[in-house]
Amino acid sequence: MKTSQPIDAFGRDLSQEVKESVYSSSKAKYDKRIGALNAGYIAPDSLRKLAGQIKQHTLENLPSYLESAIGKLEANGAKVHYAKDGEEANATILGIMNAAGATKLIKSKSMVSEEIHLNAFLENNGCESVESDLGEFIVQLDHDMPSHIVTPIVHKNRQQIATTFEKMGLGDYNDDPTTITRRARTYLRKKYLEAEVGLTGANFVSAESGRIVLVTNEGNARFSICANRIHIVLVGIEKLVPRDKDLALFLNLLARSATGQQLTVYTQFINGPKAPDQIDGPGEMHVVFLDNGRSEILAGEFQSILRCIRCGACLNVCPVYRQTSGHAYRAVYPGPVGAVLSPLLAGKRYPEFADLPKASSLCGACNEVCPVDIPLPELLLRHRNKSKLEHIQKASAGTPPLGGWAVLCSTPSMWKSTLTLGKVMDYVPMKLVPVPAVQAWTQTRTLPPFRGGKFRGWYKEHRKHDSGNNQ
Amino acid sequence: MDQQCFLDNIRAAVARNAKPSPTPLPEWDPAMVTSQLAPDTDSDSASLWETFCQRFRAVNGQTIEGIGPLIALLLNADAKHGYLAPELNGPLAGPLQNAGITLESAIDTTRIDDYAFGITRAAGIIAETGSVVINESSTPSRLGALAPWIHVTLIDANTKVFATLVDAIKDLGDEPYVVFATGPSKTADVEGILIEGVHGPGMQICLRL
Repeated sequence: MKTSQPIDAFGRDLSQEVKESVYSSSKAKYDKRIGALNAGYIAPDSLRKLAGQIKQHTLENLPSYLESAIGKLEANGAKVHYAKDGEEANATILGIMNAAGATKLIKSKSMVSEEIHLNAFLENNGCESVESDLGEFIVQLDHDMPSHIVTPIVHKNRQQIATTFEKMGLGDYNDDPTTITRRARTYLRKKYLEAEVGLTGANFVSAESGRIVLVTNEGNARFSICANRIHIVLVGIEKLVPRDKDLALFLNLLARSATGQQLTVYTQFINGPKAPDQIDGPGEMHVVFLDNGRSEILAGEFQSILRCIRCGACLNVCPVYRQTSGHAYRAVYPGPVGAVLSPLLAGKRYPEFADLPKASSLCGACNEVCPVDIPLPELLLRHRNKSKLEHIQKASAGTPPLGGWAVLCSTPSMWKSTLTLGKVMDYVPMKLVPVPAVQAWTQTRTLPPFRGGKFRGWYKEHRKHDSGNNQ
Repeated sequence: MDQQCFLDNIRAAVARNAKPSPTPLPEWDPAMVTSQLAPDTDSDSASLWETFCQRFRAVNGQTIEGIGPLIALLLNADAKHGYLAPELNGPLAGPLQNAGITLESAIDTTRIDDYAFGITRAAGIIAETGSVVINESSTPSRLGALAPWIHVTLIDANTKVFATLVDAIKDLGDEPYVVFATGPSKTADVEGILIEGVHGPGMQICLRL
């Protein structure tokens, strides 16, 4: 099928194998989410509305909540750093490592570190940076990109993974998932023990206590702050929640929305460096707060996207994501959240990603599943409007000129006359209409017979009839 | 970037987007967030334990009562050498050693895979979620509770029993590090197939004495 939109073209060329894997995995996660929410709550919708309100309130009062968290973190013995962008964040992390004479870092899954390309930066500066989440580790070995926020290798099968492991010297070819997992366990164990620094993200930061909250199923974030002497937390400014008590709400929603679990296997609450009599764990803790375009988003019409808690539920439900996979979005954050967030985080490169908000049928499912009630369809429409106003060509790729249609819709007399001629549509061979978008549409669809134009007459008649009865 | 500049940028951004009706911080009742799987609020300790066992088993955890079943479980899993937190020597070291099981009271990281099991004290359990609470006070070695394939947490009269997740979070206190462990370490990264024992324990056991 001929298509001018990059995301459509990506989906068209995607192998059937990947398409099926993405579809079945997304559907399974979607079903598990519903099951977990309904098993837990009579009215789960009220929880996500509440969570959305708390996050929205936090964003509107972010400076005071950040100040509170910073004060608590420092009082708890952490050193707090501030990075305007990725470059500053990377330099800060390298600076911490250099000051400690450290060259080896083990890293638990962190989307924000993907956003600033931390691994590549550290490697270019003579440091080792190893991903410890199984999926992210495989992505790193393959020099690939994650294709889902929660399950990064949903686009890979066991044979591809086994081939990579064999190539990288992790054992002879063996595509048994248990063997693959055990080999990663053995290999990464050495890396945990060798690393001087453990880097994690943060799922939430409590403004009330400064507590960093981390969730993982594998235990890699636990191991990343077990055998090493320095812990670095890299966190976007939007991860704050006002109170410790709010964590119960968000943890319940995050696990159910992301993986359909009641609670993620390991939920860690980190309140500073290790206790003095604790044998293992970092005696030094650094927290790097990252802006990287977030304050610009905070100031504008897309503010509510910063409520996102990175559960991936909007990806799993999205009909476009299911057909195209995460790589189609060409950025760290795929799916509906990525279609809103990626153009904004791109800054001056906004036009490069201006086509992403078109990758939606605006069905509204993403908003319905969002645990913090982000009005994603509305934000997508705002992007389309912004691109139109700024004359960004990429945003209108594949869109037929709609100027005539706009005049027709906004001129009642013209609309009325056109409807009386609507029947003519039944006899126009649509495939011959020289508009690529119409041809692409009609290649796999037929228009139903025209049945419009009758409402005005019907309404007029009934109004007359009703007025007669009322007299 | 210094703190002042960093926060000033954010203050300016928030000011530029000030809403005519700011969103208030909602108060919420713990009952709203507590799931239907939680025990009744007036549950006695026996029914809290019962709910915990059900929820813990639902996430593939195992509960055992008494030292005899612990020895049987370890021998059955061919786990004959492991880590025992020093403060648990009193009740456990003798019976385990008499059964031919050897123990160490510290983890030597050069022999990390020598420890087939680790036994530490649980700071608490959460009935609603089937979670074990591990903190710095209860667990002198983070590695002892994480690196071995089998992790056994001891539950006794000193262990706090929380009915709900909300209650457990309320009790975090000043502990620098707390973990809620809800079953064995797991992944479904490879084709969505569930595999247990990725980086942490493949078996999570609760031992009640």
